[in-house]
Amino acid sequence: MGHDHHGGHSAHRTADLEVALVGSPNAGKTTLFNALTGLRAKTANYPGVTVSRGEGTVTVGSRDVLLIDLPGTYGLSAVSPDEQVVVDALTGHGTRRPDGVVVVVDATALARSLLFVGELLQLGLPTAVALTMVDEVSARGGTVDADRLAAALGVPVVAVVGHRGIGVDEVRDLLADPAVWPTPVLAPPTDAAERAAWVDSVVRSATSAPGPDRRTRHIDAVLLHPVAGVAVFAVVMLAFFQAIFTLAAPLIDRVDQLFAWLGDQVQSVFPGTFGEFLAEGVVGGVGGVLVFLPQIVLLFVILALLEKVGYLARAAFLADRLLGRFGLEGRSVVAMLSSFACAIPGILATRTIPSERRRLATMMAAPLMTCSARLPVYVLLVSAFVSDESVAGPLTWQGLTMAGLYALGAVSGLVYASLLSHTVLSGPTAPFAMELPPYRRPTLRSVLLAAWDGGWSFVKRAGTVILVTSMALWVLLNVPSVSAPDGMTEAQAASYEMEHSLAGQAGTAMEPLFAPLGFQWQTNVALIGSLAAREVFVSTLAITTAAESEDALPERLQEMRDDDGDLVYDSATVAAILVFFVYALQCLSTVAVLRRETNSWRWPAFAFASMFALAYAAALVARTVVLAAS
Amino acid sequence: MRLSEVGVGATVVVQSVAPGQGGLGRRLEDLGFLAGTVVRVERRAPLGDPMVYELRGVRLAVRRADVALVEVTEVPDGS
Repeated sequence: MGHDHHGGHSAHRTADLEVALVGSPNAGKTTLFNALTGLRAKTANYPGVTVSRGEGTVTVGSRDVLLIDLPGTYGLSAVSPDEQVVVDALTGHGTRRPDGVVVVVDATALARSLLFVGELLQLGLPTAVALTMVDEVSARGGTVDADRLAAALGVPVVAVVGHRGIGVDEVRDLLADPAVWPTPVLAPPTDAAERAAWVDSVVRSATSAPGPDRRTRHIDAVLLHPVAGVAVFAVVMLAFFQAIFTLAAPLIDRVDQLFAWLGDQVQSVFPGTFGEFLAEGVVGGVGGVLVFLPQIVLLFVILALLEKVGYLARAAFLADRLLGRFGLEGRSVVAMLSSFACAIPGILATRTIPSERRRLATMMAAPLMTCSARLPVYVLLVSAFVSDESVAGPLTWQGLTMAGLYALGAVSGLVYASLLSHTVLSGPTAPFAMELPPYRRPTLRSVLLAAWDGGWSFVKRAGTVILVTSMALWVLLNVPSVSAPDGMTEAQAASYEMEHSLAGQAGTAMEPLFAPLGFQWQTNVALIGSLAAREVFVSTLAITTAAESEDALPERLQEMRDDDGDLVYDSATVAAILVFFVYALQCLSTVAVLRRETNSWRWPAFAFASMFALAYAAALVARTVVLAAS
Repeated sequence: MRLSEVGVGATVVVQSVAPGQGGLGRRLEDLGFLAGTVVRVERRAPLGDPMVYELRGVRLAVRRADVALVEVTEVPDGS
């Protein structure tokens, strides 16, 4: 193959050679991939599935080798989309067949991992083994002889410690020419029992078994204990939730302030409507993307820590039964919890769920968890309309209402996931199988890489949609620009201008649809505004109701009357708004991320429509009940 | 006897794996549940499921319903 040969079917592939990297989850595949490719890796989705693929170029001498990081799998049985992707890639189905395959094998799990190697060898591709965790085997008093293993398997074997760079150069040298790799004289047996015996004989010839991992056993005796384990689980999850919620808050404020300042600067340079558009639509939109970053980076740091230490698998083990009842699984617990801060990191956290159906069910339930952007809406309405008298002890009606709203969201999310998994997401799914890896000390580098990956992929993949949405909403809320008649106060003028904007006209046109819920145009326009982010509801409502300021808004809402002299916000309407916010997917950023993560418009469209219907129906019920009771 | 019926602490040997629905049996084989493999039932989750099985040097959390396809015989003294 010539040096200038442009291999592959797509334009960006100019490498001479393609080598696939495979291995079971937790075998250290990603660490090796990063060590080989540095930060030159790209991730993208496979067409039609949520599985992401990583590619990176490795330069060996004068050759460029395209290394393809395939999803972690235990075998080639193609039960899940991940495995289908691996099988398709290795057999060259719909893509170029790789010139070689490097399989990452965890030395501590040799007797299991070699089953996969046996399956791979039957494909007839040049194959090499990268043996990881050899240091861990030695620490436990065992030995693994890479040379003997190579002799027994008939393929090259390199012992690697990815994060210390040991063996990485050897693997890189191998990549230069897969065609010259030794191949086994005899393919391993295809029959299951014979394959097991073959693996056992290979293992016996090349290793002495390590002693049991006592440290891991001792830790698990506590962390998986029915009482102590559950208590630790509760503490870890609470701390995690609290960190996502509060540690990120000051940073989020900083980002907000920074972009507000930037917006002011822009407006001082470009006065007039265009300047306002640049400041609020464009700069505000970029800020609207970056404002998520503190939470997302924090989420990925904590997730990487929990995963690399080994606790994530334990947490999932403890939670699986409970979440399994709703069509989810143990690993969904992190996504659900993150969603109480924000559905976007929650949806991104579902990447750790191998089953496509359970991952989708988790993603779809995530927006129903009460995110922090709903909080300002709830606080405004609950503090203005619910009594702060005590129900019992320190618990007030306001507190009870807030708790009720959170509980309503959580329970509804679980029921929603359960309904989906019994209808559109029903069918065979991969078994819930999860390795409990030995407890390990994570490396700083791997944690930082995970945070970088998560943050950057969010900005790149969801940023554009969020930015465009923000600009479009600005136009809707500010165009056409009409001047209010003389004699109005500033607040009345602002309200008048917004009433005559495109969004104002839409809000008025929506009145018949929302009349059964008691929403008038002021509320409808604020609902349109809240599509940018739910908390925008409050600031938009302050304008449409002509409140003197946001601080004056609660009082304004309590006393505001329409042309007939009726209260615009009676308790029935307020109940309807609150319940509407529990259910409605009133957040286009979430829609954008769902689109990116599922690689189609189908799921976000379904989520938006079904949650709108739910919101409408539930708000109608709430209003009817309150009307009947009062 | 099915692996799903075996209690915590027991050690068993896999006899066979039924094919199951949607390639489930194949998947269990990929995970190491192959005829002749020794499996130790290590732990049950506090809520009763999933279980932790130790086999082929790996500790694996699997739901009991999923391992009902695995036919095993008990090793008397748990060696």
